[in-house]
Parts: sequence; structure tokens; C-alpha cells
Amino acid sequence: MDTVFGVKYDGGVVIAADQGNARSILMYQRNLDKVVPLSSHSAVGVSGPNADLVNFSEYIQKNIALYELSNDGMKLSTHAQANFMRGELAAALRRGPYQVNVLLGGYDESTESSSLYFLDYLASLQKVNYGCQGYASSFCLSIMDRDWKEGLTEDEAVAIVEHCMQELHTRFLIAQPNFIIKVIDKDGVKTSKFGADPADT
Amino acid sequence: LQDPRTIRKIVSVDNRSVLAFAGLTADARVLINKTRLEAQSYRLTCEDAPSVEYLARYIARTQQKYTQRGGVRPFGIATLIAGFSDPTTEGEEGKPVLYQTDPAGTHSSWRAQVIGGRNAKSLREFLEKNYEDDMDEDKSVRLAIQSLLEVVDSGAKNMEIMIVKADGKAFMEESAIDAVVKKIEEEAEESKEAKKSSD
Repeated sequence: MDTVFGVKYDGGVVIAADQGNARSILMYQRNLDKVVPLSSHSAVGVSGPNADLVNFSEYIQKNIALYELSNDGMKLSTHAQANFMRGELAAALRRGPYQVNVLLGGYDESTESSSLYFLDYLASLQKVNYGCQGYASSFCLSIMDRDWKEGLTEDEAVAIVEHCMQELHTRFLIAQPNFIIKVIDKDGVKTSKFGADPADT
Repeated sequence: LQDPRTIRKIVSVDNRSVLAFAGLTADARVLINKTRLEAQSYRLTCEDAPSVEYLARYIARTQQKYTQRGGVRPFGIATLIAGFSDPTTEGEEGKPVLYQTDPAGTHSSWRAQVIGGRNAKSLREFLEKNYEDDMDEDKSVRLAIQSLLEVVDSGAKNMEIMIVKADGKAFMEESAIDAVVKKIEEEAEESKEAKKSSD
């Protein structure tokens, strides 16, 4: 069961996810990167079966790239990307649903602000200040409720994520030793830290 | 009065590939959109950028389809696609490549080429005379501008120059084009004077 975190702060947003890739009793991989960059200033943390996770995020990624190329380099706002993603989830819902639950975070240069969106496999869409996907929400939403406040710095936002990771390591049945944390701000998407290097060996 | 951004004849079809066209602008837009979609589709299925040659083949194939079907007419454009080939497995760097397509649906690779206008044939002869292998960027830009000057009224405002390099692409600044135009015209004047005095 995948864990995805998202925390919005002043001037950016942190997206984190566990790095495990497992099915049934098998652990395929411990260094999977589930935080997929969609554009220069946005990324989505995805949870779900590996097929849908990869297929859906790459599909959205390439469609956003097509939009930017076709429209003279104009960038889609985070709000637009989230609504596009929701539209695709909704269209597929009554045909062959994508079983993905995501947290999309992005920084908009036009408004100089960041935003975080919660989308689930039923095509819900909600703008939030922080969020979790997976079993983690049962443990960590209350921690985020307590710790989050307006005007956080990047370090404080990452600290909230690490506080949540600590809680999972203590109380969650499934061991998730590796997490990847990415930060999106005016300079784009960058990897803050990871438990295991996602680069292909 | 017209906004120049809306009549670009040189467009990106992918991160590393550029397309210039001559002919019916409306037809070009349709073909370019198809090509952009194909490039992203290739990236989605192959997890790699399409080569310039692949895109040229795709455009040529599309143009040909419209010559052998009922109820449609051929695309009224010729295109020039430019970019870099992939580095080889032996470690050789990518090389610049230039492809041309035409309404018949043929595609071919060129070291220098000109499309469009009524003087394409004579300009091609001009290029053949003045093209040298292994020209550097300045010489190549000079040759391109020299050829353009044969058909457009002098001035950077009537020209678009895009330079594609291994690490990226950029339009030339108007002031930079003006500088080259000036140099070419000065040298033309000088050679004319030299000729006059030697007669």
C-alpha cells in the first residue's frame, strides 16, 4: 500500500512518497520514484498498482508537454493541470478506471504562489494545504492537522513530512523504509532527499 | 500592424527538433499539429525522443497518404526539419541533420537546402556554389542571410533565423541579424568599388 504526502508552504510545495513496489507477498523494488514531474514546475505523487501509476502519470505528462509545444511555450497553471487530470480520471471512470490516488503540487510563476491538489480514483478534486494518500492518512492527517500553519518555510514543511514518516515507522504495520521527498518552488522540481537512489542500475 | 508572433514560419515540433515550412500556412498548421502529437506519442511509448529522421519520415508518410485517397487534396507545403542525431553507441557525438519533405511525400537529407518562393532553383545554385563543408556557426549564418537577401527586402525585420545546436535552440536577435546584414552589404559595396577601379 503506497504512501504519498503533500505539504504546501510559503513559496512552494513538498511532495513525498514511499519507494516500495510490491504485490502480494513479493517486494519487487525498493527504489521506485513515485513522484513524477509533470512540467518544469509541477509534480504528482501517485499511489496505486504499478501499471496504472506509471501509465496514467506518463500519459498526463506527455499531454502537458504537447500543450506547451502546441501553444508557443505557454505553461499550464497547476489549477489547469489538476482539472485536466481530473477530467481524464472522470472520463475513464465508467469505462476502465485508473486506480490511482494522487497529490499534485505545483508552483505558478504568474501568481508567484504554490498549490496542492488531492485527487482520488473516483475523480474527486480538492485544493488542500496538506494531504495524504493511502493507509498513511489514518496515521498522519492528524499530525498534519496539528503541525501545519500558514506561512511555513521549506524546512518546516519538510519537517512535517519527516514527522509523519517517523509516525509510520513507529505504528504502521507495513515497513516502508525508503521515502523520496521532492520540493517544488520558483526554481522548479528538485529532489530533496531519498531513501534509495531511484536511478536505474 | 500585424503581430509577428502569429506568423512564425519556424516552429518547434519537439524539444530538440525544429520545422520550417513554405507554402499554405493553414495546411502547415494541420501537419505540424499532427507531427507534435506523433512526437509525444513516440515519447510515451518508447520513453525516448524521436529522431529527426523519424519525424521527417512521419511527415513524408502523412503527406503521401493525402495524394492517394479520394476526397482529399495534398498538403500545399514543403518542410525543412532540423535537429541533431543521437550520439552513437561508440561514443560519437550527435551530428546536425537537415531533412526536407514535399507535397509528393518524399523526404531527403541535405547539407544545405532552400524551399519556397519563385527563386528556389536559382537560390539552390547559389547555395551549391557557396556551401563549404565544416563551416562554423558564423559562416553558416552568413550564408543563410546572404541567400535570404536575394529574395527579401534588406532588413532583419523581414527575416527569422533559428540556430539549432546540440544543447538547444534559439532565435537570433534582430540586432545580431542586422549586424550581419550590414557586413554583407558593406562587403558587396567594397567589391563593387574594387571592380570599378580595376576596370
